[in-house]
Amino acid sequence: IHHIVQNGGLYKKPFNEAFEETPMLVAVLTYVGYGVLTLFGYLRDFLRQWKIEKCQNATEREEQKDFVPLYQDFENFYNRNLYMRIRDSWNRPICSVPGAKVDMMERVSHDYNWTFTYTGRVIKDVINMGSYNYLGFAQNTGACQEAAAKVLSQYGVGVCSTRQEMGNLDKHEELEKLVARFLGVESAMAYGMGFATNSMNIPALVGKGCLILSDELNHASLVLGARLSGATIRVFKHNNMQSLEKLLKDAIVHGQPRTRRPWKKILILVEGIYSMEGSIVRLPEVIALKKKYKSYLYLDEAHSIGALGPSGRGVVEYFGLNPEDVDVMMGTFTKSFGAAGGYIGGKKELIDYLRIHSHSAVYATSLSPPVVQQIITSMKCIMGEDGTTLGKARVQQLAENTRYFRRRLKEMGFIIYGNEDSPVVPLMLYMPAKIGAFGREMLKRNIGVVVVGFPATPIIESRARFCLSAAHTKEILDTALKEINEVGDLLQLKYSRHRLVPLLDRPFDETTYEETED
Amino acid sequence: VDIKSLTYYLYWLYCQYELITCSYLMEPWEKVLFYTAHVATVVPLTYAAYLFIPAHISGAFHFFLHLLGNQPESTVSIMK
Repeated sequence: IHHIVQNGGLYKKPFNEAFEETPMLVAVLTYVGYGVLTLFGYLRDFLRQWKIEKCQNATEREEQKDFVPLYQDFENFYNRNLYMRIRDSWNRPICSVPGAKVDMMERVSHDYNWTFTYTGRVIKDVINMGSYNYLGFAQNTGACQEAAAKVLSQYGVGVCSTRQEMGNLDKHEELEKLVARFLGVESAMAYGMGFATNSMNIPALVGKGCLILSDELNHASLVLGARLSGATIRVFKHNNMQSLEKLLKDAIVHGQPRTRRPWKKILILVEGIYSMEGSIVRLPEVIALKKKYKSYLYLDEAHSIGALGPSGRGVVEYFGLNPEDVDVMMGTFTKSFGAAGGYIGGKKELIDYLRIHSHSAVYATSLSPPVVQQIITSMKCIMGEDGTTLGKARVQQLAENTRYFRRRLKEMGFIIYGNEDSPVVPLMLYMPAKIGAFGREMLKRNIGVVVVGFPATPIIESRARFCLSAAHTKEILDTALKEINEVGDLLQLKYSRHRLVPLLDRPFDETTYEETED
Repeated sequence: VDIKSLTYYLYWLYCQYELITCSYLMEPWEKVLFYTAHVATVVPLTYAAYLFIPAHISGAFHFFLHLLGNQPESTVSIMK
């Protein structure tokens, strides 16, 4: 018996993702802007070298001037001459809990962003559109805070040991059982740091002789973990299933590069929501491909756990799929649960293996007890086990906020990337001067945003990234939208020509997802 | 003509120019240098355009007129 799963039947609801193309005039003007700044960068470097201007950045010592130069590559040139000019939009110190509104310390620079001084004033109630606070659990009042305070007085803060030695508390066992129940998997393990979860566990799962297929735009932690493992890495185009299938076919047909032996394991690394694009992975297609070619799937749900799905269980629930189809489900507690740390969920044999062989379990300190209690309380709230419907209300509020915010921004005429349902909203800025101008103008109007440029994005595609939260009420969103509208008119950011290229839901030709008959 | 809105519009145009050419990010002495270079390029260009373009256009116009104007006379003479 073979049953055919047509790709039209894989998606239960429409998958609306759009990446509008850069307008030609805007691209040309962006290059003009970068050209002017590069020329002035060369001029300033020349003046600094000939001691006409004071050199405030790091240089080699006099004795090392004849050695291999350390600061002549493009990254350092960009850092000295372009990043320094707009540096006041980043690393802004906040001095309250990062909820829907936050207090920021005001700082000024008298020497064009080389040094900052605090004026002593605190800017109160800045609308926070930059924190990864998707379900609004970053609070200093409420049930989570009380439970964490109780645990703090009972266990203290420090654990002073690794998981394998003396750092395995009963709280950790409780947390792991809860996480496994939340995700619908057999077993789970929690680690102290989300980045370390990826970078320390991928080397434990794959090694030399294995193949890793990772998405173009994967996070630095996944890339680091893949490189540390020593496996062969091949990159497929972002969210492009034809590219992934081609790589899988080539891997199975040709085997390892010189010896032509079959690969020991093929691991596909994808993320649930990509935080720079706001796009959601095409999970039904990835799972169908994984089953057809018998490879393994590692899903990093850092931004999507708690934020997607009718009850907040992540991207697997959003598409209505079976959690047992994903071999390794990884996620972090930093974003939706208001705590810190990461987890990996999967089959019991896998997690037992990781408990022994993961570097994080052996060498890294385990999670601190108040943090564990925050995760436990927030997870129970989302699941509804604390007896209230607060969790469900938060998940629904986030979904409503997402759809409303994205619709209004698109109506205003901005270019917005990504999927309709993702709470990460990138707004395209393109020109380098507008990056600095947008950050400053929004702060003048009491809204804190995160602007991103090179090297986190391609050089002409700089953007402002809004992270929506369930803690944002409609009034806050309306205020923010009004100000974004004003700033968009002031800075001429409304580039959209309303010619959305609809993404083809059906692949072009040969991709078929039917299982082979045996 | 509303002077206030006109001056605001001109200021807004200047802001756009600053943002596109990234002179918004430059320190004052860099701005002076940049604007001087711009002015030193644009002013002689416009002056040269003002002096030479009318002469060039009228020359081209006479050339094409001569080219097209002669044809009907020659065909008429052959027909005769």
